[in-house]
Amino acid sequence: MTETEKGLETGKNLNSSPGQTAEADADQILYASILAKGMYLGLGLLLATFALYMTGLLQPGIPIEELPRLWTLSAHEYLEVVNHEFLHRPEVVDGWRWMALLGMGDYLNFVGIALLAAVTIVCYGGILPNLFRKKDWIYATIAVLEIIVLVLAASGLVAVGH
Amino acid sequence: MGRFSECTRVFAVLTLVLVITPAALYGAQEPATFMDAGTTAWWVWPLSLFVMTFVMGILAALGGVGGGVLYVPIVSGFFPFHLDFVRGAGLLVALSGALAAGPGFLRMNLASLRLAMPVALIASTCAIFGALVGLSLPTNITQTALGATILGIVVLMIMAKKSTFPDVPESDKLSSILGIYGIYTEASLGQTINWKVHRTLTGLVLFIFIGFAAGMFGLGAGWANVPVLNLTMGVPLKISVGTSKFLLSITDTSAAWIYLNQGCVIPMMVVPSIVGIMGGSFIGVRILRVAKPTFVRWIVIVMLLFAGAKAITKGLGLPFIV
Repeated sequence: MTETEKGLETGKNLNSSPGQTAEADADQILYASILAKGMYLGLGLLLATFALYMTGLLQPGIPIEELPRLWTLSAHEYLEVVNHEFLHRPEVVDGWRWMALLGMGDYLNFVGIALLAAVTIVCYGGILPNLFRKKDWIYATIAVLEIIVLVLAASGLVAVGH
Repeated sequence: MGRFSECTRVFAVLTLVLVITPAALYGAQEPATFMDAGTTAWWVWPLSLFVMTFVMGILAALGGVGGGVLYVPIVSGFFPFHLDFVRGAGLLVALSGALAAGPGFLRMNLASLRLAMPVALIASTCAIFGALVGLSLPTNITQTALGATILGIVVLMIMAKKSTFPDVPESDKLSSILGIYGIYTEASLGQTINWKVHRTLTGLVLFIFIGFAAGMFGLGAGWANVPVLNLTMGVPLKISVGTSKFLLSITDTSAAWIYLNQGCVIPMMVVPSIVGIMGGSFIGVRILRVAKPTFVRWIVIVMLLFAGAKAITKGLGLPFIV
């Protein structure tokens, strides 16, 4: 039986610190609030844009019936073939180049996907002022570093050469 | 007993659907032949993906694993999609699940932001390197390594014990400096539980490998997060599960961006997968009230064994029974 389990049997809480409560602290609540809003917005956009794509209200850049032939290729081959056969852009559509194709039903879906992938950066940005205000330098530094890591990942600067 | 037998039948059928349907659709052919076949209507693929992920969502919720760990090996093993796109979709599936669950866990204080932040910084950084390595290696090597990792996860699932309230006599220095401790209300006992952590440095080092594997294979990393948080660092099981789920929203974000920027995301695969697995999880949580979690956990273990073996044989170009 662990110390905590013994404590539970005797009804005694262990390691209690004065001032602590079982409620989440303000930073955690703020983070959760931003995360929830971003998640709903991202998922909602993803479903809405997918509906536009599937109903054909917005024509796709890649004909849907061609997809079974294309998704068996590696990502590198896929980008090359799609650009050569359908998009005819100066460069393959990797990184953020999908932004130039938002008028196409399939590429419009990337807005919701990117939002889902970006919401964590916004969450960290949201709690950062509180961490500075509290002079919680260690966690402020961690938050800044995390934002740098995620922005770097999102930037497309970190990539594998084809 | 009767209810248990009914559950047994239901899960046997779900498992059969999950494993046999893709094989029946594609006639156990290797991917190279799918390109030439061209006989299957395009809509069969997203529809079958939706059905499969819906079943996966049910089994994942009941088996206590994330969707990503089932998604990547099963879809890459039994569907014709290239591993690049499966890993991209797998990360987005795991990310969506984590984003959906994260706010609730944080608000209920069943996930700890202070515990997650240092861990996430390490895991998300290493996930980027994992993604870059995974996308650089030849597909057959990545597929074989994926199979080996899945079989390792199976061993971990069988061997790893869980501790509801781990014994942490003393906080270590690092966790004290970081202020990692907390209190939560254990509803089943009607008591507040104080928790603290130890072996923080060891835990952080282990998250280097967890992040790397998550990025390399596109797996959600809950299978590794929970044992490290719970058994190594001494975090209570409920906080470990909640923090692990929330952690995926950060770890998988960094890797997802790498896959997204490399063109490894096809919306026609991603959206049916996300909707399917979330819908399945929703149903799974409700079935959990009548199901035997231990039994379902064994079904998940058998499925992972099967998918792991398939990934290895596919990577090595060996024949497989299905």
